[in-house]
Formats: sequence, structure tokens, C-alpha cells
Amino acid sequence: MIFPIAGVTIAPAYLIGVGFIVGLLGGFFGVGGSFLAGPALFAAGVPMNFVVGTDLAHIVGKSIVAARKHRALGNIDIKLGAIMVLGTIAGVEGGAQLIQWLKLSARVEWVVGPTFIVVLLGIAGFMTWESLTTLRNQRRAQRPRGDSIAEHPSRRDHSAGAFISRAVHRISLPPHVSLPVSGIAKVSIWAILLVAFIGGFFSGFLGGGAGYIRMPCLLYLLGIPTHIAVGTDLFEIIISASYGTVTHALKGNVDILIALVMHTGAAIGAQIGATLTQYFGGLRIRMAFIPLPLIGAGLMLHGLLTGHHAK
Amino acid sequence: MVMKPNAMNRKFTTALKPFLVELAVYGLLVTVYFFLVLHLLGNGLQNLYQHDRRYYAALSLGLIIGQGLLLEILTRLLLGWLTPRREN
Repeated sequence: MIFPIAGVTIAPAYLIGVGFIVGLLGGFFGVGGSFLAGPALFAAGVPMNFVVGTDLAHIVGKSIVAARKHRALGNIDIKLGAIMVLGTIAGVEGGAQLIQWLKLSARVEWVVGPTFIVVLLGIAGFMTWESLTTLRNQRRAQRPRGDSIAEHPSRRDHSAGAFISRAVHRISLPPHVSLPVSGIAKVSIWAILLVAFIGGFFSGFLGGGAGYIRMPCLLYLLGIPTHIAVGTDLFEIIISASYGTVTHALKGNVDILIALVMHTGAAIGAQIGATLTQYFGGLRIRMAFIPLPLIGAGLMLHGLLTGHHAK
Repeated sequence: MVMKPNAMNRKFTTALKPFLVELAVYGLLVTVYFFLVLHLLGNGLQNLYQHDRRYYAALSLGLIIGQGLLLEILTRLLLGWLTPRREN
């Protein structure tokens, strides 16, 4: 089928299938899924600037579905999400402006592609170390097995990377806020805005909701429990991806037809993924997350080397 | 209170049934909407993209948000209508 706006021919079933998979992963991990959707669109011949904008558009719809599910499960810290909005929007605009400037040089894929790969490998490496260390610590402590029904899963979420968030919480730059839903007594608002800006910047620059950046930042920099990080990240992704969709559409980087077709599959996957989170603990979710950035990096490398992106 | 594997399985099975119904209804709605989008919106959106980028941007966001909300709300309404009938 021809998608005239981007000028590509792609089978709708391929887009629905990709949408379903990234929807499933997005609902479960609280990410936009662009680490898979981006390379998948790229491999199908969609030009890189359309990959970035179109992916953002489909993520908006999918994240709405997943976030509504997570809200019902009590996994969203609205206060945290609301504070992050300003930093996120500033970051998205900065990232979008940079990619627009790079588009003029006609070699945008050779800047975005390798950056994408390096970032994804770094995230996977750190999360592997953190998860394995946490697992070792838990085994050493010989904690009793089994899950408590009365206790929210996030309350028993332990991480070997907690020393980073403790250091961030000690930052004395005012004003400070408390985040009762996330169990944080005091944190500088600037730390939250910085995390939001980083996530927003990568969202505007690399496409997607940048959950693959923001999720680890929420977990390790701010110390948000995994389940709440998943839900809050999706809430944040709705805002950042909506803003990114508009700015990229104005710049001609969105093929909304591709996004709508992808979303038909993603909406179903997102519902399943969000529902499944209630059956898994924080450490398991983090460990299951690790292969995803690696797959995305591999697909991106394949697209760059085989030249499927050429147009 | 500790959740035993059997309790977890029961919880999972109880949640699975309505969820599968929801998915089936959702899938049907998505398929119908999918063909409507492809056949009715294609040419109009391309024209907008070429001639009025601001309107195209606003409409793009509206369409994707609308698709997400509409399908979910419709599914929920349909489920509310289907579930009591199944129980009766």
C-alpha cells in the first residue's frame, strides 16, 4: 500500500504487527516503543525525518490507552508528571530544532542513527549491572519469597542503583517538593525538571516518547518505584509526544496515515501490556527491559548498513 | 497476607475472561476504523499536508488522540452492555 505523504509503499499488516508489538512492550514497560518502531519503520524504507515524527504521532494514541489502564491500577504519580511537563516541552523543542537543522545537511540518518545506538547500548549496560547486583543482594539477604496482596508492588521495589537517587535527593537547591505517591519525602524541583528535559530532548531528537531514557532516569536518578515509573512515564509521554507530533507535523515530518494504521495494532497491545504489569515485580520488569534497547540498536545498525533508508 | 501461586492463578484467570472479550470487541472496532481511515482520509490528508501545514498538524494530533479515546470508550460501553447479558 502506498503512503503518499512519506512517499513509501508498506504492507498495512506489517505496520499493524509492529504497532501491536511496540504497544505490548510500551504498555508493560512504560515506554513509547520507538527503540523498535523507529528501526522497523526505517527498515521499511520510511525516511528518517518521517520515522521520528510519525513514530511520535502513533505513540500519543497508544500511550493514552496504556496510561488510562495504569491510572486505574494506581501507577501514575500525577504531581510528578505535572511538574515534569515544563522540562519535557523545553527538551522536546530543543531536540526537534536540532533534528531540523541536521535535516538540512541531508545526512540526518548518519547523525541520529549512531547516537541512537550508543544511547541504547549504554542504557542496556547499566540496567544489566543494576539488575544483577540487586538480584545478588536479594539472594544474600535471603528475603522470604512470595508477594503480599495488601502491599502495593512498588513498595517492595529494591534497586542496587538506589545510591544514585539518594545523592539526587540530597541536592539542596530550592524549591523542594514531596512526592507521596512515589514515597519520596523531599526532592529538588530542578532535579525533576532536568530529568524531564533530558527525556524531552531525546524525544524530540530521536523520536518516540523517549521512555527508554526517561524510565531509567525516573528509576535511578529520582528513585521512583518501578510500577509508578512505568505509569508516570506513559503520562509524560502523552504530553511530550503530543507536543512533538505538532512541531514535527509543522515541519513536514509526520505521515499521520502511517501513524493511524500502526496505532490500530498498538492500541490492543498497549491494553494487554498495561494489564500484565500487575503480575510482575519491579526487578523482573527491569530485567525484562534489558534486551529491548539491544534489539533496537541491532535493527538500527542493520538499517544503516544495508541502506534501506535510502530515498 | 501472602499471595500463594493458586491465588495468583485464580486472580489471573478471573481477569482473563472479560479481558479477552474486551480484546475481541476492540479488535473488531479497530478493523472497521482501519478501513474507514484508509479509504476516506487518504486524499484529504495529503492535500492538507501539501497546502495547509498548520491545519494538518492540528488535525493529525486530533485524529490520533481521538482514535485512542474513541476506541477505548466504545469498547468499554460495549463491554458494559455485553457482560450482564453473558451473566444472564
